[in-house]
Amino acid sequence: MSETAEAPGPVTIVETPIHLDYKFTPGVAQSRFLRALERGEITGQRCPKCQKVYVPPRGACSMCGVATDEEVKLSGKGTITTFCVTQIPSPGLVPPYVTAWIRLDGSDITSMFLIQECDPAEVRLGMRVEAVWVEESELVPDLGNIKYFRPIDEPDAEYETYKDYV
Amino acid sequence: MTEEVLVADHTIEYTYTRSTGPMIGAFLTGLRDGKIVGCRGADGRVIVPAVDYDPVTSEDLSETVEVADEGVVTTWSWNDRPLLGQPLDHPFAWALVKLDGADTSLLAAVDVDDPSKISTGSRVKARWAEERVGSITDIAAFEVV
Ligand SMILES: [Zn+2]
Repeated sequence: MSETAEAPGPVTIVETPIHLDYKFTPGVAQSRFLRALERGEITGQRCPKCQKVYVPPRGACSMCGVATDEEVKLSGKGTITTFCVTQIPSPGLVPPYVTAWIRLDGSDITSMFLIQECDPAEVRLGMRVEAVWVEESELVPDLGNIKYFRPIDEPDAEYETYKDYV
Repeated sequence: MTEEVLVADHTIEYTYTRSTGPMIGAFLTGLRDGKIVGCRGADGRVIVPAVDYDPVTSEDLSETVEVADEGVVTTWSWNDRPLLGQPLDHPFAWALVKLDGADTSLLAAVDVDDPSKISTGSRVKARWAEERVGSITDIAAFEVV
């Protein structure tokens, strides 16, 4: 406030913080996924009925309604299917920065990650990218192990291969 | 085969910045000045805290009324395990307090160390925070007189 100490103006603004501490239990399927991340691996689970691979796995296929338990190891490479260039600052991020939905190779669902080591103007649908991990000594059971994705020197994926994920 | 499921502590936190409106602003300004401010409703009742709209007719309210910082407990319950962010960090009573000069009751913490020390009808008085900033927390708690 800019008012002097002797004559403060009326209160017109108030800050009302909300705060909640809670315990998060990810379940069996995601616990396996998180333990794989701790080893520096990305794993999904395949549906025994429709063969789709989910990452992160939820332990069931939402389309078929059946449990999934076949673990599938993924390479950490993928294809950008949708992206957004953000122009406003966010804690720890300098604008402009890019977030993208990425279909990891071998999976049938997209996940959102940061794209870095790349001019935002270069980012495009079909662009091939790979995960950049924290140092091995810093690995924990957390998706934050993947710092971001960066472009790789491969031709863009054909539209047909990701059109259902745009 | 059983496998251990992970558990992690998570925190969700966000601070809203809200404009108070004129009457709630008057109530908070009053707290900063060490006073409790209500307002006169359409039927003449004194409503505490002050509100911007009449609870019955919805019309704009504008007449502020200062009330006492002490009054009577109209109902209460015991809080044996206070949570983070509640007014006191030891067990206390939540009470509705009808301040002298008011026709409605204010929800407040009453700082008593045992539920036997409070009852409906107890006289209580506000204990003000050492530093008042224009927030409901300017009333640290009520104490039994
Ligand atoms: Zn399926």
